[in-house]
Amino acid sequence: MGYVAVKGGIDAIENACKAFQFERLKGSSAPLGVDQIREQLFLLVDRVMGEGSLYAPELAALAVRQAAGDTLEAAFLLRAYRTTRPRLGYSVPQPSDRMRVVRRISAAFKDVPGGQVLGSTNDYTLRLLNFDVAEGSRIRKMRLVGELLRGAASAEPLPDTFPRVIDILRRENLIAEAPRPPAADAPFDVTKDSLQFPAPRSAALQTLARGETGGLLLLAYSNMRGYGNIHPTIGELRVGYLPLTVRHPLTGESYTAGEVKVTEAEILAKFTDITDGPRFTVGYGLCFGHNEVKAIAMAILDRSIQSAQGASPSEDGEFVLSHVDGIESMGFCNHWKLPHYVDFQSDLDRLRRAKEIYDAQRVDQQKKT
Amino acid sequence: MTLSEWINRKRHDGGAGRLDYNYAFLDEVSKREIRRKILKAVAIPGYQVPFGSRELPVARGWGTGGIQITLSIVLPEDILKVIDQGCDASVNAVNIKRFVNVVTGVQITTDTREATLIQTRHRIPEEPMTERQILVLQVPYPEALREVEPSEAVTRRMHAEADYSRMWLFLYEDIVQFNEITIGYRYPVTVNGRYIMDPSPIPRWDIPKLHMAETLYLFGAGREKRIYAIPPYTSVVPLEFEDYRFRVEDFQGRACERCGATDTYLDEIIDDVSGRRLWFCSDTGYCDKRCRR
Repeated sequence: MGYVAVKGGIDAIENACKAFQFERLKGSSAPLGVDQIREQLFLLVDRVMGEGSLYAPELAALAVRQAAGDTLEAAFLLRAYRTTRPRLGYSVPQPSDRMRVVRRISAAFKDVPGGQVLGSTNDYTLRLLNFDVAEGSRIRKMRLVGELLRGAASAEPLPDTFPRVIDILRRENLIAEAPRPPAADAPFDVTKDSLQFPAPRSAALQTLARGETGGLLLLAYSNMRGYGNIHPTIGELRVGYLPLTVRHPLTGESYTAGEVKVTEAEILAKFTDITDGPRFTVGYGLCFGHNEVKAIAMAILDRSIQSAQGASPSEDGEFVLSHVDGIESMGFCNHWKLPHYVDFQSDLDRLRRAKEIYDAQRVDQQKKT
Repeated sequence: MTLSEWINRKRHDGGAGRLDYNYAFLDEVSKREIRRKILKAVAIPGYQVPFGSRELPVARGWGTGGIQITLSIVLPEDILKVIDQGCDASVNAVNIKRFVNVVTGVQITTDTREATLIQTRHRIPEEPMTERQILVLQVPYPEALREVEPSEAVTRRMHAEADYSRMWLFLYEDIVQFNEITIGYRYPVTVNGRYIMDPSPIPRWDIPKLHMAETLYLFGAGREKRIYAIPPYTSVVPLEFEDYRFRVEDFQGRACERCGATDTYLDEIIDDVSGRRLWFCSDTGYCDKRCRR
């Protein structure tokens, strides 16, 4: 009999897992070090930390290696690990003025107090494949580093704090403030409670911060292209390190436990007429690591879902927040690979029945004519 | 096995247990929250209770809702059966069993009667179950009204107001177009005369088993973060019109090629040698049992 049930069985599953391991390890090249991923593929590591919502560069690099470079899978590994860790507490809120800035730009003003700090960026590199990069010996690397450092002019150290560009406009009463929750309200925790709509802003920002970069970009892009009405200007974009401050569980005294690299974007959007006159509205984005596209897209979406009469998908809070999580959408997309023959059989039964009725009616009609 | 045995085994015999994870993987606070939500779901049959769905090492959409329920209620002395589309040996079923076994050490079976706890995807076993058993269903779409309304905020209001006119209209329009209700699996049901509920993608064949059943049915949707339940001895009525009755799948004139059963849900298989259509029991555990008789 030709019948083979669609069965995996433990052996088949284990062999399939082994085959993947082998794919990753085969070939004659040296194994890719976790430290190499962390140092040399740092933007990938940052992205995975953001989407995995766990700030752990070492673990993110490990996840990238284990997932053979699949960002969604790597973020998923981090999330699954994250869920096994007990929640010991929440950090103390940090104003981003205290950020140790490594890059800061504004597209709103030519000259901003504190100045534009370009930092490190690939925005202005010509997208030409550099065939020199293909040769990667350690000696060559050291020589290149030497050349890069030799050419660098000694710069003045950056100030400890930068004034926020948006505060200039705020002082002129040109900014409409998003409604703030009462100070007593603890922020919503999306990892512990299920979202309800309309979602509180703290829940929306958390969901966006954990969102998949491509997903956020897609929705934000649809808004800037015309399925929306935000027309953003980047008030300020910052990349830098924020102090991580926690309260001691016994003494209640706060102390700094480390720092976290983040990208922050504040966008100024089309002005609206609120009760006491026209004002700019603001969108806010902040994500782990260096990921400017994500922070900007997040800020646009934060603003767009506050639109009163959302006419496009990107302005519908429920639509945006329900669909930006890469781990969830990737898992569900992949589940279609699982067998569906029971449900399909049920569909077949309905189709055959509907067709039977249709065909019978056709025959009846032909007889009549 | 008792819980203390599990803990002691972990302590003394390094390889067997997983000292690095809590019993049943989830931490106790998370399990307690899920158990609270299950109690609420049981108290309000058919109502979708939101819960803080945790991330698991299994992908979203692969049964994480069911797994979280299973992990929250499984006792070390339970006997667990996991099926996928009726099959004990399907990849997803094997994978979930392997996971639950690694983090609890619980005993596994393929026998419906022997199991105390059954997790399932898309089927209810053919053999009747008892009060001693709990059936956990994995749910991809908890919202029965999703077909007619995409927004969660709106469907929750519709449920609150018991405003199900659009669902009835959907069925009516189906009849106008096809002279038949075309919903195959996921057939909407009214639970306890109140909520319209998605019974998860079980075929219509399994719907009658839900009505006034002895067994507790728990439904978990991990990605959509909802838990709901049908407690024992609860009325479950499929939506139907007087002149367009609910009907189960038609297997008249067919019999299982292996065990000869004519009263089970059958899978249609196309023989790769002859190209002939063959029929086999979807519930493989039951089919095996009949073959052994």
